[in-house]
Amino acid sequence: MAEMAELIEPIIPALRRYARTFVRDAGAADDLVQDTLERAISRWHQRRVDGNPRTWLFTILHNLAVNHLRRARRRQELPLDDANESDIMVSSTQEDALRHADVLAAVAQLPDDQRSVLLLVSVEDVSYADAARILDIPIGTVMSRLARARARLLKLVEEQAKPVSDRPYLRRIQ
Amino acid sequence: MIPPRPISEDDLHGFVDEVLDGARRSEVQAYLDTHPEVAAQVAAFQRQRDALRAAAAPIADEPIPPHLNLRHLMDARRRSGEWRSWRSMAAAVLLLVAGGIGGWSMRGQMSEVPENNGIAALAHEAAYTFSVFGTDRAHSVEFGAVDKAELVNWIASRIGRTVAVPDLTAAGYVFMGGRVVATPHGPAGLLMYSNDQGQRLAVLMRPMAMDMNTRMAAHSFGDLQGFTWASRGTGFSLVGVAPAELLHPIANAVRQQEKSVI
Repeated sequence: MAEMAELIEPIIPALRRYARTFVRDAGAADDLVQDTLERAISRWHQRRVDGNPRTWLFTILHNLAVNHLRRARRRQELPLDDANESDIMVSSTQEDALRHADVLAAVAQLPDDQRSVLLLVSVEDVSYADAARILDIPIGTVMSRLARARARLLKLVEEQAKPVSDRPYLRRIQ
Repeated sequence: MIPPRPISEDDLHGFVDEVLDGARRSEVQAYLDTHPEVAAQVAAFQRQRDALRAAAAPIADEPIPPHLNLRHLMDARRRSGEWRSWRSMAAAVLLLVAGGIGGWSMRGQMSEVPENNGIAALAHEAAYTFSVFGTDRAHSVEFGAVDKAELVNWIASRIGRTVAVPDLTAAGYVFMGGRVVATPHGPAGLLMYSNDQGQRLAVLMRPMAMDMNTRMAAHSFGDLQGFTWASRGTGFSLVGVAPAELLHPIANAVRQQEKSVI
């Protein structure tokens, strides 16, 4: 049990970060992390002993998060573009906070499958091979989603930077 | 001379994510030095990655809230596990009493005894029995201490062998009485003891089909501790909510006194 705590505890901050950047709602994100930890505790003996506990935990969390988003959208509780900005405004200066909120708001507009790859690779420093394991997709798919996510995010941030009058009236439907 | 491997888009992302080995990194850098448009896009990806990391970093710096405290979650899990095993113990005894069902199985943690059969099964049965009768304040025994002779006859006639009622007053436990109980392996004799604080011990005994002579083994079910052994075909299990160090010498005393009759 002590070994379990030693291996899991250091990963909790990264799990919270991934959950919050992926689902955006801070409360729901922490609930997902709690579910993840409870499952990890109860299934600790089922994990592969030679496997990486970080990859295992991210796999559990990602699957829970995808299910959460699917349910939330079905209930229409989570409008894609109106996530609570206060959830992500955590930086020291107002200007930084605004910039941070912008980039995370743009990330939130990416499709789930692109957003997950981008966050795992760019923010969580998960290797391409481990991202493929976590998302249960071939590594070639990881690379193509990463490429699309990066290109699309550049466009989204560009659009955000334009004055409001220049923005297209219709939002693209994904 | 081997021509250089062409630069792929995957290489460009590997460059952005800083996962290329040194040689490949230099090759990509050389390519970018001569392809300014691609270099501009890679630089944009790098700025994007930096911005994303900077925006997300403060989340990981927040103190962990109590409901994500792993120690608390582990503790909650342990408690609910204990409660579940107690509930399943009680449910199993009820099923057994109501339907005389065979072939059921039990979940629970035995610390040192493997689960399947023999004295491990007896240890489980003692735990279930204690969970029902040991906690029953009004009717924990069918025959009280004054009817000891009748009780001993009853148990002996059902389990087919002579038993003794061990005297545990030296350890502070007084004989309360007992009864015959049902187990998946047939009838068993239950003896109950209590100390002056009302804390109880139970001894369960029955014939063994296997593990007929077995050294004493310790086991635990949540708060419930026990010691189980078998001697000349009769199995014994002493259980109680007390530290194992306290129960061990009592189990030795029971074993010593039972030896004199079997």
